[in-house]
Amino acid sequence: MFSILRAIWTVFLHLFRRKVTVLYPEEKPRIPPRWRGRIILSRDPDGGERCVACYLCAVACPVGCIALQAAEDEYGRRYPEFFRINFSRCIFCGFCEEACPTCAIQLTTDFEMSEYYRHNLVYEKEDLLISGPGKHPGYNFYKVAGLAIKGKDKGENENESPPVDVKGLLP
Amino acid sequence: MEDKKLITVYIEDKPYRVKPERSMLDACLTLGFDLPYFCWHPAMHSVGACRQCAVKQFRDENDKKGMLVMACMTPAAEGVRISIKDPEAVEFRSKVIEWLMLNHPHDCPVCDEGGECHLQDMTVMTGHVYRRTRFKKRTHRNQYLGPFVNHEMNRCIQCYRCVRFYNDYAGGRDFGVFAAHDNVYFGRQEDGVLQSEFSGNLVEVCPTGVFTDRTLKAHYTRKWDLQTAPSICVHCGLGCNVIPGERYGTLRRIRNRYNGQVNGYFICDRGRYGYGFVNSERRIRHPYYVTCGASGEKEENKLDEGKALPHAKSLLQGAKGTIIGIGSPRASLEANYLLKRLSGPENFYAGFSGRDFNLVRRIISILTGGPIRTPTLKEVAEADAVFVLGEDVPGAAPMLGLALRQAVRQKPVEAAKKSGIPVWNDYAVRMAVQNDKGPLFIAASAATRIDPLAEGVFHGAPEDIARLGFAVAAAIRPDAPAPQGALPEAAARLVPLIAARLKTASRPVIISGTGAGSMAVIGAAANIAKSLLESGKGPGLCFVVPECNSIGLGLLGGKNLKEAVAAARQKRADTVIVLENDLFDRLSAPEAEALLAARQVIAIDHLPNHTVSMAHMVLPAAAFAEGTGTLVSNEGRAQRFYKVYVPGGQIEESWRWLAQLLAATGGAEFFTLDDVDRALAEEMPVFGGVPAAAPPADFRMSGLEIKIPRQPHRFSGRTAIHADVDVHEPKPPVDPDSPLSFSMEGFDGRPPSALISRFWAPGWNSVQAVNKFQSEVGGQLHGGDPGKRLIEPASKGPSLSYFTGIPPAFKRAWDKSLFLIVPLYHVFGSDRLSALSPPVAELVPSPYLALNPEDARDFTAREGAEIRLLIEGVSFRLPVRFDASIARGVAGFPFGLPGLHGVELPAWGRIEVKMSGWAEKSAGREWGEGEAGDV
Ligand code: SF4
Ligand code: SF4
Ligand code: SF4
Ligand code: SF4
Ligand code: FES
Repeated sequence: MFSILRAIWTVFLHLFRRKVTVLYPEEKPRIPPRWRGRIILSRDPDGGERCVACYLCAVACPVGCIALQAAEDEYGRRYPEFFRINFSRCIFCGFCEEACPTCAIQLTTDFEMSEYYRHNLVYEKEDLLISGPGKHPGYNFYKVAGLAIKGKDKGENENESPPVDVKGLLP
Repeated sequence: MEDKKLITVYIEDKPYRVKPERSMLDACLTLGFDLPYFCWHPAMHSVGACRQCAVKQFRDENDKKGMLVMACMTPAAEGVRISIKDPEAVEFRSKVIEWLMLNHPHDCPVCDEGGECHLQDMTVMTGHVYRRTRFKKRTHRNQYLGPFVNHEMNRCIQCYRCVRFYNDYAGGRDFGVFAAHDNVYFGRQEDGVLQSEFSGNLVEVCPTGVFTDRTLKAHYTRKWDLQTAPSICVHCGLGCNVIPGERYGTLRRIRNRYNGQVNGYFICDRGRYGYGFVNSERRIRHPYYVTCGASGEKEENKLDEGKALPHAKSLLQGAKGTIIGIGSPRASLEANYLLKRLSGPENFYAGFSGRDFNLVRRIISILTGGPIRTPTLKEVAEADAVFVLGEDVPGAAPMLGLALRQAVRQKPVEAAKKSGIPVWNDYAVRMAVQNDKGPLFIAASAATRIDPLAEGVFHGAPEDIARLGFAVAAAIRPDAPAPQGALPEAAARLVPLIAARLKTASRPVIISGTGAGSMAVIGAAANIAKSLLESGKGPGLCFVVPECNSIGLGLLGGKNLKEAVAAARQKRADTVIVLENDLFDRLSAPEAEALLAARQVIAIDHLPNHTVSMAHMVLPAAAFAEGTGTLVSNEGRAQRFYKVYVPGGQIEESWRWLAQLLAATGGAEFFTLDDVDRALAEEMPVFGGVPAAAPPADFRMSGLEIKIPRQPHRFSGRTAIHADVDVHEPKPPVDPDSPLSFSMEGFDGRPPSALISRFWAPGWNSVQAVNKFQSEVGGQLHGGDPGKRLIEPASKGPSLSYFTGIPPAFKRAWDKSLFLIVPLYHVFGSDRLSALSPPVAELVPSPYLALNPEDARDFTAREGAEIRLLIEGVSFRLPVRFDASIARGVAGFPFGLPGLHGVELPAWGRIEVKMSGWAEKSAGREWGEGEAGDV
């Protein structure tokens, strides 16, 4: 008997506590920036596609839900010909983001991805690519890599000397 | 039983028994230790250039201080004491990597070597993690090196392996190291196509991403994403072991698969880059039958799944007469055998040309009928005297050419060894050897790429080559038949020299084959081998055959294709089944047309060709990487190749189509490859070894129920690859024919040697992991090298008698416009399948006719001028190429080039100069021209 009264009393006290229920979806919750939600592909500061199709995210993915194919433009810049994430398999572990050497693949704060049909959760590159650099505004992989691409010849990198003159013998 | 020659060395104070005459690096790797290295290569040994393999060596057990030495330059001698784990050695090695990395670009994500990079592996192994230097990186400009190899010079770590392979091992002359100090540059003197037919090995030899596979780049995939299976190269008769890799349903690349007895660490560019035909847009992917449309043109009617067999069955059951089968030297042994079952032995025709049929038959009778042994490629490379009779070795069988490049070093290296230089000390050996070469003699129709290595060379007509061979045999053993009359002077001079060299050699090898198109040449080679055998030597007799299963088909038997033509002409063939063959390559056009004029023609092939275009029904066949089967190499080695991936469409292995047809028409039932092989072995004793060539389909690693996976355990994207089509992952295909699965799950240890799908070991992602699969470095794979030799010399029984039939000396035709047309071979072009691959096609020479300049002057003074050539009623229009190595009265015709087929060589041909009224047309064949009896 006593315990029933005590329970009623406790419930009654809750009337005066701060509300934790959020009226989602009318009211949006605050998501911390390191949240691991919907995955995007970002662009480098120059607006070029960041992803160089190195396959590291795909191999890091524990459920194998990333598939892509590398291609190369006429100047030697790598990009993914297609890039597919099957979100119906993704466990939002973030391994892909951690593996990515170019900061291209990033997990975002968006988690509202429910679909009635599983195949609508298969995202292609068009669905993934955003127009900005995302969480890493400054990084441009091709400014540090040794490959020459359009607009950046050998030796023009941040940390490079001009190409060697093979015929020169000076020390 | 322990080998008495073994010595004891101490590693980390533990004794180990190892073979002497090796370096300590070699010994450590053989024992399974992980010791980093760069410049050392198991086939090219030590130079001590990179300083990566440093270890501590101690004088004795009391020496606690020790000194740093390079393991690769330290001989494995009795009592040698080293430590790999010594802290000073560990630190030294990590510093070496750090120096090498000073200038290394930040490239791994965009580097094609990544994921199978020896530099990555060694960096991880030594523990170097962060770049501390703040200085600028050195950069280099790249070169265009042709369609096969990509160049990215920034990544070089100056290990010198590339030059050592390209120049020292493979004899290339257009590659080198330039510049000075830390600027050294590895490449060509100027941009251009690499000239060596082994250039593709740079991709595997270079421990970094400087040289990468350019054809892979076009559809780049990392090693961990490639589905792979053991396979056999189909582009010549040597049967090199390869690993094709697939991703997303297309073939991505070919890599070498180590086989100690066959190709070792290398393959040629024809084998590495000839795979493109498998991905061709023109592939036949669905069965179809042909009907006559309303306006009389042919209509192809695609047959849906399950409809092809009933249709083919109705064709076969509706046959109004004999069904004949035409086999193929490029189809698997199983396919040929089942076709033979289907048509009956009396109606089975080996799909060789008439000429090749006789030549291969003679080769087989020599190899199976006598006590002479045919050597493996490795044994050829170890020969100390070689005589090549009538064969363009580099052109027809490139890897045999690489073996000969090693064979000429045997004698001088032995001399160096006598003066106390260990064989593994490569630079010292090369200094001692200088330009010395062991005995190699070449008799061929024209200059070959290995002529510069030879002590003596003779160029002449096949008759004179054969006569030279017979004369050499007679000089070795007087009871061997000698040619009547004089030899050409150049040949006569060589006879005593060759005979003496062969007689004094301890491992002489004679090389001949079908290349000269002459029975007498083959007979002469056999006579030399026999004469050597009788004088107490154990000679090797190696025959070059044109295709990947020439020997298998030859052993299987069957009749001459010419008889099939006769049968067709007499209306004795109602239905013709052509297996993976273009009869227009084997027969003259009128003959092929007569044969294909049968009432019903069924073709089984993977690409459209002239024969397929004339067939009434076509079944889509699997290309080598899409099927499982057995091929028999020139050495008589039965080797299994496995389906790498399941091709799209309704493609099936030819043997499976035939097995189904056989069962449908009331014949025996075969469900798996093992069934076929067992039946074959039972029926023909010579094939008794075929089932043992590789483990059967029910083989499992001891105590385990699981299969061996074709996909690496890191294979990515398994839940996304098909997601665009269906989010439910498909069930992996089943494979009833092998112990391999189309999955990444299964046994992850070291499988039996014939089932090795990739070389990988923990910490060793690059191809250098092969060390972990060998019982000793450079030796055989664990459990023995794959394949089963079907032909071993008969120790007892009838001994081969000497061939007589010595041809008379070659005489120029009285008519100065008549020439003996002989075939010339090209690495790129003479094999038709590889020439269909776009990168190889770029390097196929354009057709020509090679003439001695003296002869050519009778027609034209200008090289490149067009002439008309008539051979047995077929006419070709070709530009003249001057070739001083060709004998007078002989003309060289490039074998197998597109547009140049349908004639059997050697044959007499008439050359006509350009006359007014000729239409300006590009070089090549003039179809429909040429009246029979024109010559
Ligand atoms: S978050 Fe994890 S599961 Fe999802 S794609 Fe990335 S690696 Fe794969
Ligand atoms: S890891 Fe990054 S750069 Fe590499 S493929 Fe994935 S997204 Fe592209
Ligand atoms: S060579 Fe190796 S270490 Fe260098 S960039 Fe390429 S993968 Fe990375
Ligand atoms: S190019 Fe490759 S093989 Fe040649 S020296 Fe450089 S790293 Fe070594
Ligand atoms: S491997 Fe020993 S010094 Fe290079």
